[in-house]
Amino acid sequence: MALWTLFGLASGKATTPWPKDGASDGQDGVLGMPRYNPALCEEGCAECAAACPTHAIQAKDGGLSVDYGRCVVCQLCTEACPGGAMEPSHDWAFGVRDRTDLVWSNDRTSHPAADRTERRAFRRSLHIRHVDAGSCNGCESELQALNNPFYNLHRLGIFFTPSPRFADLLLVTGPVTRAMFEPLKAAYEAMPEPRWVMAVGTCAVSGGIPGGNYACGTGLEGVLPVDLYLPGCPPNPSAILQALLMFLDRAPQRVRGGQISG
Amino acid sequence: MNGMRIKPLTAEGLRAAAQALHESGGRVQFAYAWSPEGSKTEVRYICAVPDQQDFDVWTVAGRKLPSLAPIVPLLGWYEREMMDLQKVGFSGHPEPYPLILRDSDSTQINGGGLNSYPPTNGHAHLPAIETGEVQQLPFGPIRADVVESAEFTFFYIGERIIYYQPRLFFKHRGMESCFEGQRPDHAVVIAERISGVGSLAHALAYCEAIERAAGCTVPVRARALRVLLAELERIYNHLHYLGHLCHTTSLKVGEAQGKLLEEKAKQIIARLTGSRFLRSLLTPGGLRRDLTPDRWLGASLETLRQEFVAYVERLESSESHLDRLITTGPLPERIAFDQGATGPIERASGLDRDLRRDHPYAQYAELPLTVSSLKEGDAYARERVRIAEVEASFILCQRVLLLLESGPIRSECVPPPLSHGLGWAEDPRGSLFYAVHIGRDGRLARVKIKSPSFSNWRAFPFTVHDTNMMDYAINEASFGLTIAGCDR
Repeated sequence: MALWTLFGLASGKATTPWPKDGASDGQDGVLGMPRYNPALCEEGCAECAAACPTHAIQAKDGGLSVDYGRCVVCQLCTEACPGGAMEPSHDWAFGVRDRTDLVWSNDRTSHPAADRTERRAFRRSLHIRHVDAGSCNGCESELQALNNPFYNLHRLGIFFTPSPRFADLLLVTGPVTRAMFEPLKAAYEAMPEPRWVMAVGTCAVSGGIPGGNYACGTGLEGVLPVDLYLPGCPPNPSAILQALLMFLDRAPQRVRGGQISG
Repeated sequence: MNGMRIKPLTAEGLRAAAQALHESGGRVQFAYAWSPEGSKTEVRYICAVPDQQDFDVWTVAGRKLPSLAPIVPLLGWYEREMMDLQKVGFSGHPEPYPLILRDSDSTQINGGGLNSYPPTNGHAHLPAIETGEVQQLPFGPIRADVVESAEFTFFYIGERIIYYQPRLFFKHRGMESCFEGQRPDHAVVIAERISGVGSLAHALAYCEAIERAAGCTVPVRARALRVLLAELERIYNHLHYLGHLCHTTSLKVGEAQGKLLEEKAKQIIARLTGSRFLRSLLTPGGLRRDLTPDRWLGASLETLRQEFVAYVERLESSESHLDRLITTGPLPERIAFDQGATGPIERASGLDRDLRRDHPYAQYAELPLTVSSLKEGDAYARERVRIAEVEASFILCQRVLLLLESGPIRSECVPPPLSHGLGWAEDPRGSLFYAVHIGRDGRLARVKIKSPSFSNWRAFPFTVHDTNMMDYAINEASFGLTIAGCDR
């Protein structure tokens, strides 16, 4: 055993101080949501809409409607676009409080924020119950990564808990399959108030690829009241971390009207 | 050419063919139903025949067939799946219960019919226990920790597990039906989302199937890069496996180190490809975009390899860890073969099989590949096989980087209407197959996925019956199963 203790001590700290001090978020090179540049969009083209597997991009009134809540980050639109209107980017910090903030819009004013005073007591101690409602295991892989030494979620006072009875936040992945609908509702019912719900991954936000077929619903909309949306396929650990800090008012929301800032 | 030798059979001739294959040492890989537009449903059995690179495919028309499960037990689940999803009837099935759907469910998968219906093939899946001494513990579908959903039922007395029954398919997403009607090139996005930690292997097997249907040739550089990507996926998966195994044996620093190495591998992968899960790279005919693995990649992988070697040395000298693995959850060779165990699981139980060597694809035929197999069949053997595979993967990656030539990365690949193809890949967890059928309109009409975890979940309970509770978590971790790929 001494072997491991010595090794651990000798290895030093592996944890990134991010989001503090301009430290590394560990996501060098990771592609995020394609960036929409309407000025470069050719009228009547709609090649990107035809390529989009989840109808995140739809041709509408001669232009496009772009919903990042449906985007699975497959990059097909960036390859189909002839003019650079859909451009590959590293925009992955897409956690938002209001679903409409994921839809591209010129109007980037803040939506009236829900009353968040109840949350203040949880700022330094948040307990999360995760429920897999039919994910591909990609989101779970990134959620598990949060507790590896690099991200070390504990340092921020955020913990996963085994029982919904100890949980403040229900974190749901997957489009909600028929078989997981009841267990998911039961987990939510078992939570004490105040309680909140976070949809992680495009499947939980809007159904993703299988959403609405014979076996799946279309995410949490209409199933549970969602307080925090984080699309991505899957969202990387830093994106999840950033969204959780934003939920606790310890980091700003970076996306409004489908556009990222800062 | 398309990876298959089609052999039409009749319902009457099925059992004799299965018996003959069984005696020759061959193995049925999987079976599925396919309903071509305007003609009868047929059932296809894909078989590996000793010393033959192509797979034999038996085709049998009709929806009423004799069950082959009494001769080839691993077919039990495939037949139950067809009973649930496509209403194919199998007479004489030893376990005629629903596998995937529940009473209130319906399907719209190819061959499922326009009329939705609940599965009609049987009753409760749990055995009746008549003595009061045996306790029943249902666990799930939501379990402790960040894990996938499934329900496990234990029948036990004290610490002793008498009988164990996993109930999977809570995560059945109808993924095979998502392919139907899609363009073959775009549908690779769906294949990448069947099992997140097997994204690359799924995309690869899918592309291989489309390429065989189209009869197209993939350029050398693309084939080489596919090997590199596939081995990177194996490396990060196996590193996660080792970290998680240490978690169950309570080796805390070992767990942290394993998961840190996994994170380092994922960050290297992201820097190379733009995706931590190797997504958005493959397309039928080659790659979607070229990769430029400069010198940094070889150097980063070498650093990671050295850290891995030191990590394994420490694991191998940690008695508390080894004590919990040796003799835990033994899977005898006979059961591994009969129940269809695959990948590192079967190789740890004395079955020396690997698709990369036995049925080469991508560029594997031209590369030095060592396949390790062990006889013991316990959790320790499963760990050691995976450790040896990581070492082999590092060698393969460096060899690919050394020999990589510039050149085109994509060729034209359009499968003709009414064609079909079979693709496969050795996923980090074992054999993965895609069977694709193209419709009259050139779009996908039916896609069947055989994932490695579907096979290994079938074999796993045989190592749990008649063991004890203390070993369960370690044994489960030593199998390294995923649920998303199995449930689809």
